[in-house]
Amino acid sequence: MAQKLDYLKETPSQTAGPYVHIGLAPGAAGFDIYRSELGWDIAGPNAAGERIRVEGVVIDGTGNPVKDVLIEAWQANASGVYAHPESEGEVEDGFRGWGRVITDFETGDWGFDTVKPGQVKARRKLGTGPLHEPANAGGDWLGRADEAHEDMAPHINLWIVARGINIGLNTRVYFDDEAEANAKDPVLNLIEWQNRRPTLIAKRGERDGKVVYRFDIRLQGENETVFFDI
Amino acid sequence: MSQAEFYQRDRERHPPALTPDYKTSVARSPRNALISLQQSVSEITGPVFGHNDIDPIDNDLIHNYAKAGESAIGERIIVHGRVLDENGRPVAGTLVEAWQANAGGRYRHKKDTYLAPIDPNFGGCGRTITDENGYYFFRTVKPGAYPWRNWVNNWRPAHIHMSIFGTSFSQRLITQCYFEGDPLIAKCPIVKTIPTQDGIDSLVAALDLNATIPLDSIAYKFDIVLRGRRSTLFENRLEGN
Repeated sequence: MAQKLDYLKETPSQTAGPYVHIGLAPGAAGFDIYRSELGWDIAGPNAAGERIRVEGVVIDGTGNPVKDVLIEAWQANASGVYAHPESEGEVEDGFRGWGRVITDFETGDWGFDTVKPGQVKARRKLGTGPLHEPANAGGDWLGRADEAHEDMAPHINLWIVARGINIGLNTRVYFDDEAEANAKDPVLNLIEWQNRRPTLIAKRGERDGKVVYRFDIRLQGENETVFFDI
Repeated sequence: MSQAEFYQRDRERHPPALTPDYKTSVARSPRNALISLQQSVSEITGPVFGHNDIDPIDNDLIHNYAKAGESAIGERIIVHGRVLDENGRPVAGTLVEAWQANAGGRYRHKKDTYLAPIDPNFGGCGRTITDENGYYFFRTVKPGAYPWRNWVNNWRPAHIHMSIFGTSFSQRLITQCYFEGDPLIAKCPIVKTIPTQDGIDSLVAALDLNATIPLDSIAYKFDIVLRGRRSTLFENRLEGN
């Protein structure tokens, strides 16, 4: 026997269920209750950088759209700063960098307007102080990558919940016009199967003079999106 | 600048993605393994909310959608507790959101067609921000059980959905709060996605007579635990303590 560790255990996750909108986006459920719903404006009016839209559909293992999904987005501003005290730097007044995205209940299409995030500083490797040369970019065969060396390419973090999803799925949106930064990105490089990396890269297009990135999420099956344990 | 990571998620405590007895998970569960990440600033930060974002009435589901002078129908309850991390420290100032069916088991949602009636005085959602001790409470009515098609005839135990942020995107959690003594808990395929009895028990709010409001509301206590944060050895200093 040994001493008992007195850590608490994390509360287990449960599915958000089909009616997640009641709690997190009541207007979409069909009623107006709060002075203001949270998460509709990710960047705010003062954010610098390129205004973009990200659109897609979440597809299940049968090839059909998931119409009751809710996605949360978390991103840095155009300078690579998160609206959080532990991110070095300042964000624009009104920039929260977080939003909620719901689908059209009939088609499953979703989309959100924001600014394109900038490169984000990589963490420094524990105990090594300043940035250093990569020891083993891409990782060895036991997954022991040196993730500390390069800044991260512009990306938006997503968290996906729905009926049938027992614990929220984390993934990232990268941008296909950032090929050089993507090639050095420590997280993309961590994905051993190179043919899976493109599942995280949104395709840039234009509609009515607006920049629109397409990012479909496949929960299962061919070209299944890469999801992370963060 | 602290870069301390959070303890890894105990994947043996959470439900796996694929739980065939909860049928909807079958086509919505990734088949590939999750890719494990070392946390960066993208994971150790998360949205910050303040009292300007919400109103004081938001945590009172009995009244926040009711006409003036009226209130929601049902067994009046208080659901209260603390949001803690795995180190036992309170998570102060974090947003907690709740949603639920009404006392008859009907959700106010355009896609819910259950034959139980809508309560005109009940919206079914609330939100609050924890105080400096991590404490929160909601006033509401006890939700009703309701039938759903999983197997031919399943019934959800009474439950309140809860969404919690913590201080980082990696702590983000949605769960469900059940109520002590409900015989439907042990029969529910969604509850049973959780692999351990201890994990299931941690989602069952205890009857808390000490917190009742005499002649008004009964009370249930529901504590929530989010991932804890490491003390990190960084340039020969311990951080995160």
